[in-house]
Amino acid sequence: MAILTTPKSAVQLAGQGRPLREHVFRIALLSSLVIALGFLALLLVYVVQDGWPRLDSALWENQPSIRRPETAGIQSGIFGTLWIIALTALMALPTGILAAVYLEEYADKTKWYNRLIELNISNLAAVPSIVYGILGLGLIARWMQFGFTVMTGAMTISLLVLPIVIISAREAIKAVPPSIREGSLALGATQWQTIWRQVLPAAVPGMATGSILALSRAIGEAAPFLMLGAATLVRFNPEGVWSSFTVLPIQIYSFISQSREEFHVLAAAAIVILLAILLLMNSVAIWLRNRYQKRW
Amino acid sequence: MSAQHRATATGTGRSLARSRPRYGEQAIKVVLMLAALVSVATTVGIVFALAEPTIEFFSEVSLAQFFGSTEWGPLFKPAHFGVWPIIVATLEITLIAIIVAVPLGLAAAIYLSEYASRRVRKIFKPVLEVLAGVPTVVFGFFALTLVTPLLQDVFPWLGLEPKNALSAGLLVGVMIIPIIASMSEDAMAAVPNGLREGSFALGASKMLTSVRVVVPAAFSGIVAAIILAISRAAGETMIVAIAAGFKSVFTLDPTQEMSTMAAFIAQAGSGDASTGSIAYKTIFAVGSLLFLMTFAMNWFSARMVQKYREVYD
Repeated sequence: MAILTTPKSAVQLAGQGRPLREHVFRIALLSSLVIALGFLALLLVYVVQDGWPRLDSALWENQPSIRRPETAGIQSGIFGTLWIIALTALMALPTGILAAVYLEEYADKTKWYNRLIELNISNLAAVPSIVYGILGLGLIARWMQFGFTVMTGAMTISLLVLPIVIISAREAIKAVPPSIREGSLALGATQWQTIWRQVLPAAVPGMATGSILALSRAIGEAAPFLMLGAATLVRFNPEGVWSSFTVLPIQIYSFISQSREEFHVLAAAAIVILLAILLLMNSVAIWLRNRYQKRW
Repeated sequence: MSAQHRATATGTGRSLARSRPRYGEQAIKVVLMLAALVSVATTVGIVFALAEPTIEFFSEVSLAQFFGSTEWGPLFKPAHFGVWPIIVATLEITLIAIIVAVPLGLAAAIYLSEYASRRVRKIFKPVLEVLAGVPTVVFGFFALTLVTPLLQDVFPWLGLEPKNALSAGLLVGVMIIPIIASMSEDAMAAVPNGLREGSFALGASKMLTSVRVVVPAAFSGIVAAIILAISRAAGETMIVAIAAGFKSVFTLDPTQEMSTMAAFIAQAGSGDASTGSIAYKTIFAVGSLLFLMTFAMNWFSARMVQKYREVYD
């Protein structure tokens, strides 16, 4: 950055070079960052070390068990999480992207209802996830009578990640310069043709990154599922959207709640699997962003 | 931006275009708007889901009992409905988290925005994102099985209980560091370089420029970040459920086991409180309170940003 060259000479003009406190300050800042990230490293090492004895094929081939933690697995949790994520992707991503297109391309920001929608989205992004659990319990499971099923879980979690999808998709659409749209409109394309053939293709990498990050939030989420009956021991994989289910984070939570030491090892092993999935998704998202990020 | 360019595009285009109305285009707009309205429906849904059982709850338990007593135990017999213990526990854990996260997060943000080279930033920012993506059950596990035993070994005189507010608060703090760091960094990056250059020209050092010029200029963004982090911390469920436990005692002592509002909701919601029972309705009453608290903080944060934002070109 240009800025970095200017101050150096300014400081040199002052004569004495950098006083000690400048160095101390810089080191204090850097160490804060290192402490925060060192924590992440410590956490990774700790769970891998702790869960190592149980990182075997029985882990994903077997179903959970309260009586035999040494051979218990997490298969129902893995399949439950896959079901939930697939359905969430089907529901939340299209809705979120369409909403983002409306807000960026169509909405007249001077109208009160559009401002209300925007305010509402930023508010929803800060609502605690357990409150979404209450929404799922009171409205979807009980009032709509969907019960404690995969469908209820997926709908609840879709609503939870929707604000994240909308916000990141808006960023991606905003990054497409107006000249692209103007060029398309000038050639006689309608507004939707412009969006569909010019704006959306250009925004796809950004939207993909945001969508992956939103889905990885959904994978790690546990609190809402506690309210949706996923906490009980489920020893079978879901057979459809109306089947009862559990998810990986909830399974981890119930292992942690057991007092026997073997369950803690099992929990650590399950955490390794969960983190591996999330790290993979995160890397894909970051790679996508670096690979396709366009500078206009 | 889009409104303006559309105005010019369709404004000049209309006279040249076919006069037949484009129903397809209109239909698409309606579909898109409906998608945007799902978010409004979500808020309405939350309020609707919370309201009815909450009203029923307060027809059975008076407000005076709810806010006027310090004994909490809706799942026991006889039941007690004094909400203060879980409010105090929530605030205490949030406070511990903020004490951990604000200095670390802000310092990390200043470093990334003012000191780090482009390459360093390119490495650290994704790692910070990974930290932000760690599921909270994992932090809870970490607090319960590593941090608490470690603290018990190093500070035996604290008399830490196996589940306690201290390690839960510490880990909630770690959880919100990325929120504070990345939002504050965005705010600082938006401060124009002219301000920094002016400060350097007046002979200020880099540290002085960061602390006295950049941070104040980005103040509204930083406050918004901290408030969002507070509402995340207050609503955090899994870390506190795992590491701080479910016992509700009216105390400020962070070495003790204590239940927060979110932990209570999780505990009662994952049990088998039957629909219509007073324990079931209590979930919604506490949920309303939590929702209102985070809603108020959000509103306050939005106001702060609006009122104190420095606008630069």
